[in-house]
Order: sequence, then structure tokens, then C-alpha cells
Amino acid sequence: MSNTLNLTLKVWRQDGPNGAGRFESYEANGIADDASFLEMLDVVNERLIEDGQEPITFESDCREGICGTCGIMINGKAHGPQKGTATCQLHMRKFSDGDNITIEPWRAESFPILKDLAVDRSALDHIIEAGGYITVNTGGAPDANLIPVPKEAADMAFDAAACIGCGACVAACPNSAAQLFTSAKLQHMNLLPQGQPERWDRAENMVETMEMFFGSCTNHGECHEACPKEISLDFIAFLNRDYVKAKIKNRKLLGQN
Amino acid sequence: MIGELNSNVPEGDIEGLWTQHKFDMKLVNPANKRKFKVIVVGTGLAGASAAATMGELGYEVEAFTYHDSPRRAHSIAAQGGINGAKNYQNDGDSVYRLFYDTVKGGDFRSREANVYRLAEVSVNIIDQATAQGVPFARDYGGLLDNRSFGGAQVSRTFYARGQTGQQLLLGAYSALMRQVHEGTVALHTRKEMVDLIVKDDKACGIVVRDVITGKVTSHSAHAVVLATGGYGNVYYLSTNAMMCNVTAAWRAHRKGALFANPCYTQIHPTCIPASDEFQSKLTLMSESLRNDGRIWVPKSHDETRAAADIPEDERDYYLERKYPSFGNLVPRDVASRNAKTVVDEGRGVGELKNGVYLDFADAIARDGEDTIRAKYGNLFDMYERITGENPYQTPMRIYPATHYTMGGLWVDYNLMSNLPGLFAIGECNFSDHGANRLGASALMQGLADGYFVLPYTVGNYLAPLLGTDPVDTSDPVFTEAEAEVNEQNQRWLSINGTKSVDHYHRELGKLVWNYIGMERDKNGLEKAITEIAALEEEFLANVRVLGSADTLNQSLEKVQRVADFFELALLKARDALDREESAGGHFRTESQTEEGEAKRDDERFQHVAAWEWTGKGNDPVRHQEELTFDYVLPSQRSYK
Ligand SMILES: Cc1cc2nc3c(=O)[nH]c(=O)nc-3n(C[C@H](O)[C@H](O)[C@H](O)COP(=O)(O)OP(=O)(O)OC[C@H]3O[C@@H](n4cnc5c(N)ncnc54)[C@H](O)[C@@H]3O)c2cc1C
Ligand code: SF4
Repeated sequence: MSNTLNLTLKVWRQDGPNGAGRFESYEANGIADDASFLEMLDVVNERLIEDGQEPITFESDCREGICGTCGIMINGKAHGPQKGTATCQLHMRKFSDGDNITIEPWRAESFPILKDLAVDRSALDHIIEAGGYITVNTGGAPDANLIPVPKEAADMAFDAAACIGCGACVAACPNSAAQLFTSAKLQHMNLLPQGQPERWDRAENMVETMEMFFGSCTNHGECHEACPKEISLDFIAFLNRDYVKAKIKNRKLLGQN
Repeated sequence: MIGELNSNVPEGDIEGLWTQHKFDMKLVNPANKRKFKVIVVGTGLAGASAAATMGELGYEVEAFTYHDSPRRAHSIAAQGGINGAKNYQNDGDSVYRLFYDTVKGGDFRSREANVYRLAEVSVNIIDQATAQGVPFARDYGGLLDNRSFGGAQVSRTFYARGQTGQQLLLGAYSALMRQVHEGTVALHTRKEMVDLIVKDDKACGIVVRDVITGKVTSHSAHAVVLATGGYGNVYYLSTNAMMCNVTAAWRAHRKGALFANPCYTQIHPTCIPASDEFQSKLTLMSESLRNDGRIWVPKSHDETRAAADIPEDERDYYLERKYPSFGNLVPRDVASRNAKTVVDEGRGVGELKNGVYLDFADAIARDGEDTIRAKYGNLFDMYERITGENPYQTPMRIYPATHYTMGGLWVDYNLMSNLPGLFAIGECNFSDHGANRLGASALMQGLADGYFVLPYTVGNYLAPLLGTDPVDTSDPVFTEAEAEVNEQNQRWLSINGTKSVDHYHRELGKLVWNYIGMERDKNGLEKAITEIAALEEEFLANVRVLGSADTLNQSLEKVQRVADFFELALLKARDALDREESAGGHFRTESQTEEGEAKRDDERFQHVAAWEWTGKGNDPVRHQEELTFDYVLPSQRSYK
């Protein structure tokens, strides 16, 4: 049976990329606990509009936890209190009547704030552009079953490929490092047979591009705690291994193994 | 004035048609390709694959998306899988069988030649995606696994856990980013197309608004490709992503592109029912659940007990009762309509009595909870996260929701609209699914169009244009359109009414759902037209959009999309009213068999209805493209 909650929100408002920004308080009363966190914000926004105030800007798209568009800090935690859950899948039944909730955008230098809770995460795309692909022109692919992939390898590559590019790992990291994201993207390809020809170049290019935009990893592990897809820290170890090896590998001998 | 609609399907035997056509089409020599500029709007599966492939070929491509990254698009949410006629399972599948199933599944309202080509290139998609590193499911020998999906009699669906759309999109996105890196594709994120520009009867560019700065700019090219997705959000509540809308296709329609079969919409039977007014979207629960779950409602209208306390003989397993041979596995439209019937009778379940049970108790008793967890664990978890109920203990509640739109911009065999130079691919065209789409074939169509069809046919259009320059963006056709966009935005901001955009979208959605939803009839459709028009009038006079046009302003983005939804909704009602037959997802209660199945009227309606815009407030003109069936002979469906 659904209950209703009365909440007090403290929300970061910022008019634009260059605005100063400030916290504003809002009463969110009579919120059904069946609502999702973003639906709660929808309700608050409709009330703001009725009162003649500009609604809070926040981003979302699929609202099924798969597109990676949403993402806010809720009481200081990226995506809020529920483990392995993106903001859009968090529901109000995880909160209690009378709660105070602080809502902020991702905080990271490499993710400039655009307005209120919306940030610019395009730095993540630059990492992909640097090498997060397998070079195969359309039409040039062999029959799919000509490339057998051991099931364990395929499953592990999938675990990495599950990353939704939300950027929570960066937001949660005290250094704003993007190691978890980059390692997930890198190992998705580097674990597969199809990814071997470009493995070392990919490692070098993606890691070095990452370093141009993001801070360094000092193994806090906060990224994994915040990650809605619970991407494993092992991938960071693999990234480091591949990067170091890439530096000494003679690419001309790649055909030997 | 638009003449006869020509599908431009070449003559010949269907099996060799596409090969012959590829040979017959004009080619652009490799060194000349970079002299042609092509705009692609949308970077979902269809757009990303098209932009990447044309970039590889050497065209100068400009790709636009209103998302912050091409990694995100509605395509990412597809769960179940993608069909490919590989016959890896040796169970009798073939290109011809996939073709046959798709034409039949579309209830004989699609173009045979297009569907055959789709089935033919389906095998190349699987190869391409695998080579890109898409982690499809594999068996222990390391080869690809398949499953049977949506009642298909062969296992031809390739899948990547429950995240097939995500993985395919990441594949297309990676191919696209490689071309961005190579410099063949210029990527414009957070740019919303707000107008199509036509000069001398040819599409020559677009006007876009930068979502962050509000700046309105023009871009010209030799050809424009729309890959902007479906219009399911005209219902407000649907399984579509929040930002899906019809605006790009609609603006093209207003500039002369025909809009085909807007009444064809797919309603998916297994979604989580709405909780309340605040509900913002609906979540799909995979179709595969119907393999083990049993669907029922209480026999009594006044039932108040919990599911477990209702004895067997007071339950109505209505699908098993009415369709003994197919039972819970009847096709999507049949399952949906039957759910509506029992809920309308007042026998719905849940607090709002707006769902039916999907019960796993028997399956758990038979196979054990572990087996069921292994099959559906992630879906059960998702259900619990959303509803707070544990489906291992209490049955799931489900209800149908809008899921996919078969209608869209009219295109010929070359995927070109009636406006030369304007192409439409993926869900935003009407091409391959007829009146109903089979499971796992939207991903296939988007990628077939983008990787394997459009890159050829676009060349055929461009070849004769060698030596011509795109229209300059200082031309009045562009500057006047830009000025109009800016003025319209100011008009929205100055209405300053009393109700939010979402309010009107929600109210519109209710009308569309009630009158143009799972069942339609003459009376309701006529009411729909009057009531939608009245609501539109109120919306235009009373919507409240705050803020300014020169910043990120989500209400301003939404208001113009909702305005287009109003116009589309009216056309949808018109189309449904004029189509006095039932076909696939379009069910007219006046036209059903004795068994309550959709009854087609092939004499009068074996055609595509393609609508021409004639100005706001004027009656649109209905054009027809006759359909012929030379290979798959039309028959009446029956699932008894
Ligand atoms: C929950 C769910 C599950 C599904 N499961 C399956 C499945 O298992 N198998 C299957 O085959 N199909 C499935 N489908 C259907 C399938 O996902 C879609 O039909 C398909 O992905 C559509 O792809 P698209 O590229 O045409 O459009 P989209 O993915 O919707 O992409 C549209 C693109 O256009 C851009 N765009 C739109 N308008 C504008 C504009 N005005 N200006 C700039 N850019 C614009 C967007 O930014 C986006 O990049 C599912 C659908 C849903 C809702
Ligand atoms: S690694 Fe996790 S937290 Fe980081 S972007 Fe990917 S899904 Fe988000």
C-alpha cells in the first residue's frame, strides 16, 4: 500500500555555466512512496511552475537505469543510497517521512555544470574517440561464428560492457578520476579476440586521453561503491597492466600469439 | 501537388532484387565522395550506423543529436534481442522464412520487396556487430547462442543478456566515434533539429537549436537523413524514453513529406501498470516472462483478497480459457486487448485495479525457485525495485503499454521520402513492419537501414549532383526559417498561461490512449478529433513556459514537441477513422471475426495511407500506395 511522505529538499540551483550557484530549499509534501526519485522531482517542478518559479533542470531519458543520462548527488552520494541503482530507479520508499534531502549535480572539474543539476560529460566521449572501438568497416566482417569467443571471456567482456557512461564513478572519486569508466570501456574490447590487433594502441590512447581530462586514481574504490552497474575494480587492474605492457610491447610481433 | 506514389521497387524476382538493384544504382567514385555533404539527424541505432558507414565510404557527414552523447538514444533500452536469419541452430530458418514471418506478422500491410531485403541483410548485421565486439550470448563452445522470441517457431534471435539494444548501440556508437576521430563525421551533440529546409522541391538542409545556448543555426547539405525514432510518446505514458518525440519527422511533414499509417501503433502486453498521476513512463517487462508466467484475474468484480488467498476455482486464466492452444503465448495485440477487456469489466488487480496477474507460482513449484531465478532474476529484481513487491511471493501485475510505432515518414524502396534528398531510416519511417512489428525486428531494421541500405541508395541520389554546391545557409530559405523559430520561441514564452507543458501532454495522452489505443471505433475517433482539437486550443492559449530562450530551458524544448504531438494526434485519429478495417495493431471494433480477431478488409484497404499536410486547420490529403502480395498470400490469423 502506498504512503505519502513530506520532505524538505535542499537543491543546488545555478542559472548557467558561469552563474554562481546556491542552495534553495523546497518543501515536497504529499509525495507517494511509489514514485521514483525523478518523479518526485517532476512533482516538485510542476508545483514550482504553478507558483511561477523556473523548474529545476535535471536530465533523464530512459528512466530504466540503462541510458546513463540521469545522475545526481543525493545526500552526498552519487545516485543516492541504494546500491547498484541509478537515480531513475531509486524509489521514494527508500526514504522516510520528514527526511531532509540534499540534491547536487555531479561535482568534478571535468564535468562543468550547465544549469542546476545538469552537467557536461563530453570528456567521456573523448576517451572513446581516442580508441574505444574495433576497426572494422561496414561490410568487412567475416561470418560471426568464424570468431569463437570462450564463454568466460565473453561473459567477462560483457561485465565490462555493461557500463552506462553515467559518470558517477568520476563524481564519487575524491580525485575525480575516470579509471573505472575507462577500464570498463577498454577491457570490453581488450578481453575479446576481436579486440587483440589494436589492444596496445587502444590502451595507450585511451589512458593518455583520460589523463588529459581527469584526475589520477589512488585506489580509493569509491567509484565501485557508487557505480549503478557495480563495475568491478579488477578492470582497473587490467587497465594498468595493459597500459604498462603497451609501453614495452613490440607491436610488430603481435601476430605471434 | 503530389502525383502518384511510386514505391520505386525494381522489377524482378524478389530473391535477386536487391543484388540487381545494387548493381543498377549509380555509384559515386571514391575520390568524389568527399565532395558530397550528408546530414544525419539522430544517432540511435539507425542514425549512428548510417553516419559511421557513410563516413567510412568517404562522404562528408554531419551528425546531429539532441542527446549529450551518441552513446545515449532510446535504442539503448531494447532488451530482448535482434533477429538474424543465420540458421545457426539448424532448425529450418532461412531468409525466406524470416521474410515470410515478417510479412505475415505485419498483417499484410507492408511492402514485400522491402521486407525481403530486410531479411536478406539481417545476416550481415550479426557479422558486423560481432566484429565490432558486441558481446552477444555464446554457448560453451564459444559460438553464438540464439533464442526463440515473441512466439517465433525458430530460434533466430541473437541477444546480449537483457541489454541487446545497449550493446548494439555501443557498437554503432564506437564505429561512429572512430569516424569522428578520422574527421569524416562532424558530430553535433545537444542540437535539436527544429526545421527542414526545402528549396526547388529538394531537401537541402536543417535548422537546429543548441539546447544549451539557445542559438538557432542552419546547416546545408546535398541530402538529409532523418533517423529520429518513433512517436510513441504521443500517448504520454509509453515504454519510450522521456525525450522521444515526433518533432523532426513532423517538421519534415509540414514541409511536404508524407506521413504514412500514423494509426499503426504497437501496444506491448507486459508492462508494469501505472501507479498514479505522477507516473512519468512505463517499464517493459520482457515478453519472455509469458513463457513461464500464467496470466489471470479474479472471477469476481468485488474481489479484495490478496492473490494467494484467492482459490483456484475463483480465478479466471482468461487466455488459457479462450485460446487453449496458444494460451499465454498469444501474439502481443491479442494478449493486450484481452487484458483491456478484463480490466474494463472491473476485474483488474492492484490498488487501482488497473492490471492483471502474471503468476509464477506454478512455475516455481514445478521447476524450483532457483531455476526461475536463473532465467528471470534480473527482471524480477527490476520489478521489485519499481513496485516494492516480491514476484517470487506475489504475482507480478502487468498491463499493456504503447511500445512501438509502425507508422512514420513515407519512403520508397530507396528509403527516400517523396521530397527528393530527404531520407528516413529506423523507427521514424513506416517501411517494413506493416500494421504490426514482430519482436526483435526493430533493432534489425534500424541497423539494416543504417549499415546496409541507405549508404548505397544515398549514392544513387547523389551521383548526378556532382559539381553542385549545397545551398548557402545565407539563402533566405534558411534565414527566414531561423527567424520563424526564434519568433515562435518568443511566442511560447509570452503566453504565460496557468498550466505546465507536462499537464497538457498528460491530458493529450489520456485522450489518445482512450480513443486511439488498443481498440478504436467510429464514435470514439470522432470524439477524439473534437476533444483533441479543443484541448489543443486551450494548450496554445494557456500553457505556461517560464525562463528564456537563450539558455538551457527544458520547458521550452518540451512545449514545441508537445505542440507537434497535438497535430500528430489529430492525424492519427483521422487515419484510424478512415481505415475501416482492423489490421495488426489497429483494431476497429466494427471489424472483427466471430472469434474477436482483427478482420482485414483487403478489398478496400490493402494499401498504405500516406498523408499530405495542407496547412494548419486544413484537412490533410490522403494518398494511397497499393500493396501487392506475390509471395506471401494474405490469410486470416487465428489463434484458437
Ligand atoms: C523498452 C523497449 C524495448 C525494446 N526492445 C526491443 C527488442 O528487444 N528488439 C527490437 O528489435 N526492438 C526493441 N525495441 C524497439 C527499438 O528499440 C527501437 O525501435 C529502435 O531502437 C529505434 O531506433 P532508432 O535509431 O530508429 O531511433 P532512436 O534510438 O529513438 O534514436 C533517435 C535519435 O534521434 C535523435 N533525435 C530525435 N529527434 C531529434 C531532433 N529533433 N533533433 C536532433 N536529434 C533528434 C535522438 O537524439 C536519437 O539520437 C524496444 C523498444 C522499447 C521502448
Ligand atoms: S563505470 Fe559505473 S559509474 Fe562509471 S560511468 Fe560506467 S556505469 Fe557509471
